[in-house]
Amino acid sequence: MTRDIAVVAFAQSDVLRTTEEQSEVEMLMPVLHDVLDRTGLKTADIDFTCSGSSDYLAGRAFSFTLALDGVGAWPPISESHVEMDGAWALYEAWTKLLTGDADTALVYSYGKSSPGSLRDVLTRQLDPYYVAPLWPDSVALAALQAQALIDAGATDEPALAAIGARSRAVDNPRAQLKGDVPQGEYVVRPLRTGDCPPIGDGAAAVVLAAGERARDLCTRPAWIRGIDHRIEAHSLGVRDLTDSPSTRLAAEKAGAFERPVETAELHAPFSSQEIVLRKALRLDADVRVNPSGGALAANPMMAAGLIRIGEAAARIHRGESDRALAHATSGPCLQQNLVAVLEGDPR
Amino acid sequence: MPAVLKAPLVVEFPFTRSLGPVQSAFLSGLRDRVVLGVKTGDGRTLVPPVEYDPVTAEEIRDLVEVAPTGTVTTWAWNHEPRRGQPLSSPFAWVLVRLDGADTALLHALDAPGPDAVHTGLRVRVRWAEDRVGAITDIACFEPYDGDPAEPGGHSGAFEDPVTGIVAAARLDYTYSPGRAQSAYINALSERRNVGERCPSCRKVYVPPRGACPTCGVATSEQVEVGPGGTVTTFCIVNIKAKNLDIEVPYVYGHIALDGAGLALHGRIGGIPYDQVRMGLRVEPVWTEGGRFPDHYRPTGEPDADYETYKELL
Repeated sequence: MTRDIAVVAFAQSDVLRTTEEQSEVEMLMPVLHDVLDRTGLKTADIDFTCSGSSDYLAGRAFSFTLALDGVGAWPPISESHVEMDGAWALYEAWTKLLTGDADTALVYSYGKSSPGSLRDVLTRQLDPYYVAPLWPDSVALAALQAQALIDAGATDEPALAAIGARSRAVDNPRAQLKGDVPQGEYVVRPLRTGDCPPIGDGAAAVVLAAGERARDLCTRPAWIRGIDHRIEAHSLGVRDLTDSPSTRLAAEKAGAFERPVETAELHAPFSSQEIVLRKALRLDADVRVNPSGGALAANPMMAAGLIRIGEAAARIHRGESDRALAHATSGPCLQQNLVAVLEGDPR
Repeated sequence: MPAVLKAPLVVEFPFTRSLGPVQSAFLSGLRDRVVLGVKTGDGRTLVPPVEYDPVTAEEIRDLVEVAPTGTVTTWAWNHEPRRGQPLSSPFAWVLVRLDGADTALLHALDAPGPDAVHTGLRVRVRWAEDRVGAITDIACFEPYDGDPAEPGGHSGAFEDPVTGIVAAARLDYTYSPGRAQSAYINALSERRNVGERCPSCRKVYVPPRGACPTCGVATSEQVEVGPGGTVTTFCIVNIKAKNLDIEVPYVYGHIALDGAGLALHGRIGGIPYDQVRMGLRVEPVWTEGGRFPDHYRPTGEPDADYETYKELL
């Protein structure tokens, strides 16, 4: 059975350096109400709910269960959770809709990086035998990748600075970093503060719907033409850090190379990673990359990937794009990559 | 509105992990100043070694010794070392392809500054003085301008192999419970129990978390509940918890405070454990300096009628 499935609504919070005055569910709830209001759906109308978040950000076990208060989880609902970015929760919801078991799905994700030290927290996702005991932080690992790109002649520090500047010179009211942001000092050389994502708290949500239900809920649904995710070998020393074969394979399976896209929302937390992704996705210079500003403007952990899908879909909803690519990543140096291809109805 | 509460939260755990045959050989080797790799089906040598070929997923066990000298394949200068990292003075993170290996190992390089480091730099292992069978048995790498070292041809078999590691992990947080729970905890400091009413279903949640889980809407109207309440259900605890100064057996119960839409939990005291019952009327007992009720004790009122609390079980 094949069904057409679309993103019919997208909402996100402002991304802020800290939201300590709010619990996770207090931060998330306005976003859930916003996304439902856009479709006119009530929580009881949703067939399937899937979320993404991480206990390591919260510092508490089963932290996602408290956020369930925000979706009206009593009486019991059909619900699932991934300990990953919400883009992977969307993938699970998409497969659920494909089976025909559900016609509508609510996908949300959130992360508060402010309670902990994000660079330390992210070391805990690394190989626990050979890597994590050395505590290499997320910037250090991205810097190794950036230096490999520079050595390969694929970029240089001024080119990286230009990516940072372009990403922050966008009109995105939700973004954390906007305008003329200084390139700054080295964090871990060759990466400067301007090459690194801001650390912030935020949440995002989308509603998916199948077939005619999508047309009922949205005047111009963003149809998911393909979606796929792939992973690299976990040992960094096995990989060619200047390339991303997993992104290329996911894009191929998602149908990204069948015809050109006009817009690409790439989840590249570090400026150097945009170089890798542009190459893997064969994006020409005329593709609008990250009109939202991307992860260099706002990178709420666990939500930034879902936001890429949401931003790409919202451009289709508004009629600003007909075919868009969205990419999400997780893990060090683009370890895991998801690619979705979205299209609006022909005009 | 008073400021939200904040407190340090330390999450710490000594993860104790067992090793497979390949990891065991590699880490036993480091303890004995030997670096081992593993051969893949297509003849490549992986260092650090893994148990399954990353390309074919075939099980691989063919261990081979490589040299403790090698070449930097990429690097990054870390001018501000962080807690737990291999060196406390500025150093370079490096991926090093050891002589005889086809893949690279992540570690630290001790160098005087970024100008002394480049891709292609020749380096060698600096061994830690005390070696236990862990990746940190390599203290770091250091620049090296000699010839490649000759690997010894170790078979990978050890008389007393390392079979596990303990990987201590510690993360520091500043925990904030958010607006609703801060208000609840602040009220407790005045010996009041405050819930929040759902604007939709009118149920009063205590402790409040800022959202009604039935309606999925924010709660904000504060409602004082109690102090009296009714035991809705209970259990008798016979195991003494570590560091807990309460004699067993004791009773732990669910208590529906008067005016609350659901029960919270607490210890029930002031009555023999075998006389606690559903419907028992109780009130909180505060101790000097206590930040929450120490326990609940009988009020002496007649038991509540089942009909009055059956929805709160």
